[in-house]
Amino acid sequence: MLANGPDSFIWWEWVGGHTDEIWERTIEHLQLTGSSVAIGFVIAMAMALVSLRWRRAYGPLAALSGALYSIPSLALFGFLVPITGLGFRTAQIALVSYTLLILLRNIVAGIDAVPASVVEAADGMGYEPWRRFLAVDLRLAVPAIVGGLRVATVTVIGLVTVAALVGSGGYGVFIEDGLSRARGFSTPIVVGGALSIAMAIAFDIAFVLLQRAVTPWARAAGSGATP
Amino acid sequence: MGPRRRLRSDAVIQDALDYLTDSGSWWGRNGLVNLTWNHMRLSGAAVLAAVVAAIPPALYLGHHRRGGFFAITLVNLSRALPTFAVIAFVFPLSLQYGFGLGFWPTFVALFLLALPPIFVNAYTGVSEIDRDVVEAARAMGMQEREVLRRVELPAAMPLLVTGIRVSAVQVVATTTLGALVGFRCLGTPILQAIATRNDGQLIVAALVVAALSLLTEAVLGLVGRRLTPWASTRATEAKASVQHAT
Repeated sequence: MLANGPDSFIWWEWVGGHTDEIWERTIEHLQLTGSSVAIGFVIAMAMALVSLRWRRAYGPLAALSGALYSIPSLALFGFLVPITGLGFRTAQIALVSYTLLILLRNIVAGIDAVPASVVEAADGMGYEPWRRFLAVDLRLAVPAIVGGLRVATVTVIGLVTVAALVGSGGYGVFIEDGLSRARGFSTPIVVGGALSIAMAIAFDIAFVLLQRAVTPWARAAGSGATP
Repeated sequence: MGPRRRLRSDAVIQDALDYLTDSGSWWGRNGLVNLTWNHMRLSGAAVLAAVVAAIPPALYLGHHRRGGFFAITLVNLSRALPTFAVIAFVFPLSLQYGFGLGFWPTFVALFLLALPPIFVNAYTGVSEIDRDVVEAARAMGMQEREVLRRVELPAAMPLLVTGIRVSAVQVVATTTLGALVGFRCLGTPILQAIATRNDGQLIVAALVVAALSLLTEAVLGLVGRRLTPWASTRATEAKASVQHAT
């Protein structure tokens, strides 16, 4: 089309010369996202179980995760650097703390929304409490829980770009690189931003498919994806 | 382990106190007062712009119960936009076209961040009203405009205000990133503290931002309850948290 060079919106030659680094950053971005969401999910599930067992604990736990959520990412990353140093671990701790609020709210709301009649029917069928929780409550809460995972994952993928500032790698390195050039070299910014968006969309779609696979009854009712 | 730890945290507290008691950290162009004002100004502008842009189409689509899938998908996709990338991308454009550094690149990114929750909640609020209620309003002889203004809008109000609140809290925390492109806000002392390894200053600045976003949450929560005294907060919260997750 037009002449393609360093001043273009995206300079393909630069992209071609950086495929190895792009691959490396993709792996870093995936590792950081996957591990943070997984750890966050385990902690949020534990918090949700505590909240469901002892109702009064929900308020304080939600407030705590809300407070963590309100700390700006830049500050939380910076705050952790003197304690945990630059790198992966620092970013991970901050990212995990951002997933808690979204996941906790959704798990609790999802389980709360299970109709009492269904729970009673399961009890009447002789389910033991724990088995009933796993087989009935938790399963019916899947759409809400997956909804929470979707938002948490997409949020974390975006935040990982900021985490590059504390040296944890990922696509943010490209964005930082582009921003630091005096005249603004847009190619790395576009590449980093576009790949991050693509990853977020891919995860979002994967979660929707996963949810459809594990909740066939919802599809029958025509509400596969939460509206 | 004990004594070294103590020494470090003592030093941090000392740094924080030094920072807090230095009048230079409060007043002047780079003082916390001015930075907080700038921070609020930009956050407010971004949320206001998002409200103006999102609510009319959300009400229109919700009223006609149309385009829901398309709208929600678009909004979900926009959630994938990394704020940092948007700021970095708009930054050179803003310089090139004479909008300067700082304010506008950050404004664009925050506006895009604020849109989805406001739009989704307003849309859902209107489109999920019981059809019978809307039909009853029509049967009473209300014009479409009246149905929207007198029935649907009040019924959607709790969810709508919740959407604005969720957005505003996120925006207040994220405005901090503006400091990366030279916008003087509460991110400025944070970046400075990271560069100079002044943990005391870092903690103070971070706490000011956290306090500001918790205050935003509290104030908008209060406004929501004032506007909709009939709504049960618990029910709205439950609905909103599920909604927020879509």
